[in-house]
Amino acid sequence: MTRFLMAVSALALAATPVLARDQIRVVGSGTVYPFTTTVAEAFGKATGKKTPVVEANGSGPGIKLFCAGVGEDTPDFADASRQMKKSELETCAKNGVKNVAELTIGYDGLALVNAKGGPAISINKQQLFEALAKQIPDKNGKLIDNPNKMWSDIDPSLPKVKIVVMSHPATSGTRSSIEDLVLNPGALSYPSLKELAGKDAKAFDAVFKTLRTDGGFVEAGENDNAITQKLIADPNTFALFGYSNVALNSEKVKAASIEGAAPTVEGIQSGAYKLSRPLFVYVKKDHMTAMPDMAGFVAEYMSQKAIGGEGYLADKGLIPLPEADLKAQLEMAKTLPSLTADKLK
Amino acid sequence: MPNFTSSPRTLKRNRSERIFRAICQSAIALTALFLVFLISNLAINAIPSLTQYVVRLSLVVDPAKVDATQIAAGDFQAIVRTAIAAEFPDVTAKPEKKKLVKLFSTSIAENLQRQVTADPSLIGKTITVEGPLAADADSFLKGQQMSVSALGENSDFEARALAKLKEAGKLTREFSWSLLTNGDSRSPEKAGLRGAFMGSLFTIAITLLVALPLGVAAALYLEEFARQSRLRDLIEVNINNLAAVPSIIFGLLGLAVFVNKFGLPRSSPLVGGLVLALLVLPTIIIASRAALRSVPPSIREAALGVGASHQQSVFHHVLPLAVPGILTGTILGVARALGETAPLLMIGMVAFIADVPTRITDAATALPVQVYLWSALPEAAFRSRTSVAILALLIVLFVFNALAIWLRNRFERRW
Repeated sequence: MTRFLMAVSALALAATPVLARDQIRVVGSGTVYPFTTTVAEAFGKATGKKTPVVEANGSGPGIKLFCAGVGEDTPDFADASRQMKKSELETCAKNGVKNVAELTIGYDGLALVNAKGGPAISINKQQLFEALAKQIPDKNGKLIDNPNKMWSDIDPSLPKVKIVVMSHPATSGTRSSIEDLVLNPGALSYPSLKELAGKDAKAFDAVFKTLRTDGGFVEAGENDNAITQKLIADPNTFALFGYSNVALNSEKVKAASIEGAAPTVEGIQSGAYKLSRPLFVYVKKDHMTAMPDMAGFVAEYMSQKAIGGEGYLADKGLIPLPEADLKAQLEMAKTLPSLTADKLK
Repeated sequence: MPNFTSSPRTLKRNRSERIFRAICQSAIALTALFLVFLISNLAINAIPSLTQYVVRLSLVVDPAKVDATQIAAGDFQAIVRTAIAAEFPDVTAKPEKKKLVKLFSTSIAENLQRQVTADPSLIGKTITVEGPLAADADSFLKGQQMSVSALGENSDFEARALAKLKEAGKLTREFSWSLLTNGDSRSPEKAGLRGAFMGSLFTIAITLLVALPLGVAAALYLEEFARQSRLRDLIEVNINNLAAVPSIIFGLLGLAVFVNKFGLPRSSPLVGGLVLALLVLPTIIIASRAALRSVPPSIREAALGVGASHQQSVFHHVLPLAVPGILTGTILGVARALGETAPLLMIGMVAFIADVPTRITDAATALPVQVYLWSALPEAAFRSRTSVAILALLIVLFVFNALAIWLRNRFERRW
């Protein structure tokens, strides 16, 4: 009994509440998570301050939490694998988050990946659209259910292998990048769909955003590692997801050439490889006086040793910004200008 | 007298009996097979991370890089870089030097800093510092036996460098204590389970402290004091239903009530423990009621008969006899809470938290959350660490269940 009492009092001591938060909090994209956590750890090690807490809840949910208000129970930073929307910034302002700064940390490429032993392919956006969409136009421009079963049905140059492409669920930032970078331009390459886009944007949206459900496209969850394992297990399946997965598992998987260019660091930086997207970190400037560590965290993140060409995030699979853009971003991070609605979509 | 044993009907019944037994046995065998497969698969995956290559570097603590008055500001990484370069005097090109540095974990510099902070007189002297190799180099060395390259295709240079270190006897393969002593990290060779373990410990302590008294009090009232009424029936039905509510709902409730309404710190074991307490409360109430009910009425009646008050009969006789059953139920409920991740997701305990929590208000994760987080990371070396984390979680759960069985056997009374 005395031992129990001792345990209880020890717990009570440990429970002395310290409610004022002295630890930076970051929420947001799962794609940016591996990078922000690395910076957080480096920041903690270098300064001896508490290591920031980083959650991976997705770009949309992260920004929602970020914009929920000002105060110690709201996060200080939001990671995003897409730019903040105008409407989201307005929500922020309405909830009292008046000063938000945007940092562009680098790029992530989308890559069509399969196992090293699988078929090598070279494909373009229109062919990818034909492989993934639920409905595609026939010769006369009339929408029909996707008849392509094998890659070779799309184009004889592609391998004679059943189409199976895995990717993230519809709520993910990766999926919205696939829509913006692959499916939308792929669909627009048809005259009939281009006409539809001009006439009825909603109907066009439904066409290019609706993916096939007959097994050709598989929603395989958010766990990139699990998807990579499935690729290795079945060399005939493909996955359409972040390039960093290829960079970190280069001995097991390879990426397809898209529009004639293979995803490489140089190709993504120069724009030769088309499927790439910038990654963002949003700063809640309203917190910076109460949380002085935030400036230090921004300084750690926006430095040559982190996001530079030779930085430690490049080892983790981040594609660094081209030299000129990088310089501009690093310069901007010193002043942190507030984001205005006219810069967003 | 007819011969029953060889009649066709008897033979048929015997045969059907044998078939039924065989089906039941194969069910057991199949379950056992699944378990063996799971555990052996985990163990095989976990083995590579249980050991790691540790390198010993002898280096000069350069006074130009560390100032005795400001040790924290010293450039320990630079000292380690110099020492690495000294190991390979024939490597002069800058990109190759960089490749060499990447073979070593940055925790070598951290170990050096710790040593110098503890004993500033080391500045200016030559000392030996040890630390792990970087995860890629480590799995490369281990993989050589399995002919898998972890460093990509053009790894000849690195392979030669590592072979040279090995020949010089600078590398030893040791048990990875860092798995038990470190918090989470984004470098696989530095990542450990201590943070998650402490988080689980704090969370479960809160759960127990809240759920056990509440659950037992509720069970006692319902079983011993409440009169049969519509209200009591309603409460009973609701408790039984609550036990079947999906755990994520409790997470949402915890977010709305504890974090948003009461302003308790997000990601803290305090909130996690409260949420899990709500989750296991119905289980504890149901188990406690069953335990109380199994105490024979004769004991209550005897106590009342010699003049004990209702309260005395409960606290002196019924409750002590029901304790083993209550504890067994509680431990099994808590073991379930220990394996939950879904409710913790909502209250922000699914996060990268490098610092080991020391208070119940610090940000923390839990063991199952660590499994989930590591399994999602792209670095190959985390795959094996995930298996280690799963095994650790299984061992903790096993200990809990063993404790429940021991308590039951030790204190159970039969009537």
